[in-house]
Amino acid sequence: MKTHVTVNGEGYERDVEPRMLLSDFLRHELGLTGTNVGCEHGVCGSCTVLLDGEPVRSCTMLAVQSDRRRLTTVEGLACEENLHGLQEAFTACHGLQCGFCTPGMLMTLLPIYNEARRLTDDEIRDAISGNLCRCTGYQQIVESARKALDEAADLAEFGADAEG
Amino acid sequence: MKPPPFDYVVATSLDQAIDLVSSDEDAKFIAGGQSLIPLLSLRFARPTLLVDISRLSVLRGVRSVADALNIGASTRHADIERLPVVRECAPLLSAAAGWVAHAQIRNRGTFGGAVAHSDSAAEFPAALLAMGATIVTRSSSGERRIPSTQFFGAHFQTALQHGELVVAVEVPTADRFSRWGFSEFARRKGDYAIGGAAVSARLNEDGECTSVRAGLIAAGPGPTSAEGLEETLVGHLVDESAVDAAVAQCERSLSPESNVHGSKEYRRAVVAESLRRALHQAFDLGGTQDERRSA
Repeated sequence: MKTHVTVNGEGYERDVEPRMLLSDFLRHELGLTGTNVGCEHGVCGSCTVLLDGEPVRSCTMLAVQSDRRRLTTVEGLACEENLHGLQEAFTACHGLQCGFCTPGMLMTLLPIYNEARRLTDDEIRDAISGNLCRCTGYQQIVESARKALDEAADLAEFGADAEG
Repeated sequence: MKPPPFDYVVATSLDQAIDLVSSDEDAKFIAGGQSLIPLLSLRFARPTLLVDISRLSVLRGVRSVADALNIGASTRHADIERLPVVRECAPLLSAAAGWVAHAQIRNRGTFGGAVAHSDSAAEFPAALLAMGATIVTRSSSGERRIPSTQFFGAHFQTALQHGELVVAVEVPTADRFSRWGFSEFARRKGDYAIGGAAVSARLNEDGECTSVRAGLIAAGPGPTSAEGLEETLVGHLVDESAVDAAVAQCERSLSPESNVHGSKEYRRAVVAESLRRALHQAFDLGGTQDERRSA
């Protein structure tokens, strides 16, 4: 079945079987292997991508259901040599150990970062409750998220002050 | 962990979708797919045909009708949680939505899908039982309006016939006499509940309870209504001892099954405590916000 998607700003058209999961479509059809596949039944959150700007689990969606929709994957974060602010913070705070859950963590946090919302640690834990880290490195993940979100919020407030 | 093969059609009208599913006994509707796709991947379900109803605009939207709110089946959990009209007119439903799974799932899963799936551990069926909602369905033989108490059965069974689709749910609009409470306990926020309760009540001008209903979460083989609350609470200014008596009476009727999350005795205790907390919230009987959040 013909499926046309926009991924990280680029259009792709592929003929896929209806049963193909979006996670497999991204990895096997488009070669975008940054999206990791963990449990494959909607529990671990590793495969989180943005669908029209909102986090969804790509293992719990059929590729054909993404027809004419806009996707963002972890490959869409860094710009050339420059890491995204979330990635910088995860590097600085040791927010990844084996790194398997990291793309999902980043994509779950991305809309919050973009909205420049400052979250408490409890709210961060709530926000990433759908993402499992089997290294159990949650403390540093929370610290990374807090650093990134605080920086985004600082920047937004600074910008608002400068405009005002 | 890959779905078995199936045919797939994106429906362009409600009639077409219903015709397609009705004419093939192994066909299924799909919308958000947040329950169905894992079942496919685990190969617990092997439909021949999936009819995708998620692009039908007729199933979208929330609107006020007389003294009720009509919520289209395609409304996502995230919308139920955030839409101002739902927060104002059906606050219990918005509160319950925040407990449905995780953000990624709430962004895809649909209200109608959760209702049709009828999981005993799900939040919406319990909330709808408490609110006295009406489930609106369509099939080739027309529309049905089914009271929630007659809709939900045991073990994922509902009043739906094959080829019949939930198109909307109508819930009574809250007013200044309406009260609600919601409490749930799970090991990790967003996981399936070990137990929970949704309460909807009404008071009169004097503050006496004129009606009260509760839907219980993970309390039995299907979405469950709490028994005996009205006898104990209606006609009274509800206080803590009345709530304790009502909960104790209800607790005796509960029969959750033992599973990996706990023995049946433990689960019964969790459901009863959830009901107590939800009633406390509804009747404004204290208990700290923190206690409610951790419930």
